[in-house]
Amino acid sequence: MSVTPPVAPPGAAPTAPAPLPSPRGESHARSFRGIGVGFLVKLVIMAVVNAFGILTILTAVGADSWLLASITAVLLIVADVVYFTRRALPLKYLLPGLIFLFAFQVFIFGYTAYIAFTNYGTGHAGSQAQAVDATLIQGERRVDDSATYAMSVVERLGTYGLAIADDDVVRVGTPDEPLTTVDGEIGASGAPTEVSGWTVVPRAEVLTDPSVQQAAAALRVPLSDDPNDGALRTRDGSTATVYTSTLVWDEQAQTITDTTTGTVYTATDRGTFTSADGESLPTGWYVNVGFENFLRVFTDGALLQPLLSVTGWTFAFAILSVVVSFGLGLLFALIFNDPRVRARKFLRTLFILPYAFPAFMSALLFRGMFNSEFGVINDVFFFGLPINWLGDPVLAKLAVLWVNVWLSYPYWFLVCTGALQALPSDTLEAAQLDGAGRWRSFRSIVLPLLLVSTAPLAISSFAFSFNNFTVIYMFNNGGPAIPGAPYALGSTDILISAIYDISGVSGGAADYGLASALSIVVFVVVGAISALAFRQTRKLEEFA
Amino acid sequence: MRMTAPRRTLLGSAAMLAVSALALTGCSGGGAGDDTAAGGDGPEIVVWTDAEREQAIGDAAKAFEEETGATVRLVQKNFEDLRNDFIAQVPTGEGPDITVGAHDWLGALVAAGVVDTIDLGDTASNFEPVALEAMTYDGQLYALPYSLETVALVQNTALVGAEAPATWDDMIQRGLASGAERPFVINTAGETGDGYTMYGLQTSFGAPVFVQDASGSYTSEVGMGGAPGEAFAQWLSTNGQAGYLSTTIDYDINNELFASGKAPYTVQGPWAISSFDGIDVAVNPIPSAGGQTAAPFVGVQGFYLSAQSKNALLATEFLVNYLGTEDAQRALYEADPRIPAYTSLGQEVASDPIIAGFLASAQNGVPMPSIPEMGSVWDLWNAAEAQIISGAEPVSTWNQMITDLQSTLAG
Repeated sequence: MSVTPPVAPPGAAPTAPAPLPSPRGESHARSFRGIGVGFLVKLVIMAVVNAFGILTILTAVGADSWLLASITAVLLIVADVVYFTRRALPLKYLLPGLIFLFAFQVFIFGYTAYIAFTNYGTGHAGSQAQAVDATLIQGERRVDDSATYAMSVVERLGTYGLAIADDDVVRVGTPDEPLTTVDGEIGASGAPTEVSGWTVVPRAEVLTDPSVQQAAAALRVPLSDDPNDGALRTRDGSTATVYTSTLVWDEQAQTITDTTTGTVYTATDRGTFTSADGESLPTGWYVNVGFENFLRVFTDGALLQPLLSVTGWTFAFAILSVVVSFGLGLLFALIFNDPRVRARKFLRTLFILPYAFPAFMSALLFRGMFNSEFGVINDVFFFGLPINWLGDPVLAKLAVLWVNVWLSYPYWFLVCTGALQALPSDTLEAAQLDGAGRWRSFRSIVLPLLLVSTAPLAISSFAFSFNNFTVIYMFNNGGPAIPGAPYALGSTDILISAIYDISGVSGGAADYGLASALSIVVFVVVGAISALAFRQTRKLEEFA
Repeated sequence: MRMTAPRRTLLGSAAMLAVSALALTGCSGGGAGDDTAAGGDGPEIVVWTDAEREQAIGDAAKAFEEETGATVRLVQKNFEDLRNDFIAQVPTGEGPDITVGAHDWLGALVAAGVVDTIDLGDTASNFEPVALEAMTYDGQLYALPYSLETVALVQNTALVGAEAPATWDDMIQRGLASGAERPFVINTAGETGDGYTMYGLQTSFGAPVFVQDASGSYTSEVGMGGAPGEAFAQWLSTNGQAGYLSTTIDYDINNELFASGKAPYTVQGPWAISSFDGIDVAVNPIPSAGGQTAAPFVGVQGFYLSAQSKNALLATEFLVNYLGTEDAQRALYEADPRIPAYTSLGQEVASDPIIAGFLASAQNGVPMPSIPEMGSVWDLWNAAEAQIISGAEPVSTWNQMITDLQSTLAG
């Protein structure tokens, strides 16, 4: 595989001097000669691509998502340049793959890395502006004994105000002018229908015109010059009630003041509003915390201790899963490759069955079967002894390994069967003539040759087992819990399920920053091991 | 060959490019389409719902759409995904205007700053006070409640009659006398533990999960420690040894044992009643194990309003004046029968003895804490209960759990 091809790779071929010169060296996809189908097809496809791209850009601009708009614009220009110029021809084979790589791998990894440097999680979910909005919402309360007034939204020279029917009189005001009594008429619905000096906006328009609606929802009309009297606001466009706000936001000073107690909450660099005596408002925002999450992984004793044991078990789980299932698969492959076994095809099909089941279903079924009181395993194989498979840390580990081996050995059976059939029979015959026994030819010829083709698969299988969330989560969710561990880590938790616990998605108190930092650590570990292992497998190829 | 092969590649790659452009559009498109709505007839409000309630909300939306000219777009999601998606998407501007949700999400939603307050005005008196209380956080109402749910003692009338047992011991005696295989069965979620189902029994020892202040609001002070908590732990251990509580029993096994008559009593919620087809059940309040009234958690479901809604007036209008009406509440009840939070509807459906039984249990109950700290409690609490039932030393395990919990909450 790694041999350099003697000729240029296929992607580069068109730029090399054409071996069979077509007229003027034009690619068929560019040629207008003949029917020109190739070019037309390309034109149509590129038109569609451009249409989608422009649509995306317009939508992104409409949503104020400038980053997405500019990325799409760049990609679109690159695509057009690549497909319509001669110079960038080799790229046309690479570009789609590169875009996919960027969109689905680089971007996601980059985003995870970005989150790892923030405190994104419970209480730190949005921007500071949103936290201020939410805090002001939380501080604005309806006055307990406030009457509910029928009201209309009124407009004068682009300024919106509220007109209420207070008994028989119409009163009107804007955020800048407190309520004053004016002439007007009250309609059948009880709301003012005519207000002198103002245009009444029909309620249907208030509700259906987004800009009017947002203006009306934001209206706070003070009752009097004294702000402590409160202000009228409407929640549904037809009635108004009096609200008072207890929190005041000072953008210059970056403080929120509670007017009832006089407490000043200052914006901190931790993404919270905190008062002098250390009390925080509930809603915060996410901020960059630098390497803190990474440091916490390695320095927080309460976290590090269980994480180390989880890491140890993750390696054991991944290595044992691969080794045991590989061994088992190879053993069965050897047995069922022997011509003396009858009905080999049928038996082989049976062996592949577990491979064809959805893994999560199997894991769920096994959870039931391992139940110490009601499960089949104790009933049938252990004479009904109450062996607590799922409750004992060691037995639970054995059980989870068993499930994973059961799920994965058919894969190795399949792979090894294929590899065995591809072995050169002359080499084996030669060994036999030289007097090598069964074991000797297996050890010196079959196994090394087999490993050449299967070792890369074993490495990817290791990486897969290392992150095999499904089996752990579905089988017993990492249980039984390690007593005293934070985030309720369990003794069969592997790193990926531990990260899931820490992310708090299931419980509610989430810490995405820490979870992202951990997943990056895991990525580095798996990546390094895979790279090392792939280097080692090159040595195997010397046998080939 | 030389002609077709590269063309296929070109076709393929262009198609891929189109797909990736489409994917990118998908990333941004959803929210942008919602906000602008310039192309449509009128504004659109987006409501997230789960499958059970989709139809009923859609019915309530029809009248609203006719009268206001606005459109209500229902987006169906898994109920379990709603909270996290709501927290993640509202700040990006891609969230809905309204979502269905449970009241115990409230603390997390407030901390994330994604929910707006609502004002029910005079219509507030139509709802059960406990439901409004559950949807209230720091004195502010954040959601329109529509259903209550709680667990209660479900008994097999053929084995033990419909009469409610007075205490835990009384119930065990009757269960043993019934001749069934086991006197009582309760779900512990297997080895995971299930503090939720067990909570009524725990409160009968006077060990609430968090201390409530004078006004009934939960503080972040853990209330499960001390002598009452230790007594409960001891009780868990004793009954675990006796086999009345067991970590081999998960939700399905629990319902199977009860439905097949192998246990005459269980503690379950209304959602499990459909698993008990074919046997006559009676529903009663949970008996006291520790002497005080058993107060199970009451959960409330309702509709939350997004803090970033671009159509706040319209969404409030739909929420309060359409979903908050008796007709809409009845449609929701019929679509997915839960105890109604709408008082008059509750009285109407309480003619069903099973609903009445759960209602009686709910009246003994307490709202599940909605403070964000509650999210940190479950895992440690469940695990400690499971360990004690399986035979761990009760008092030290329980106190260790309290210590861990306090340090988690402090950190």
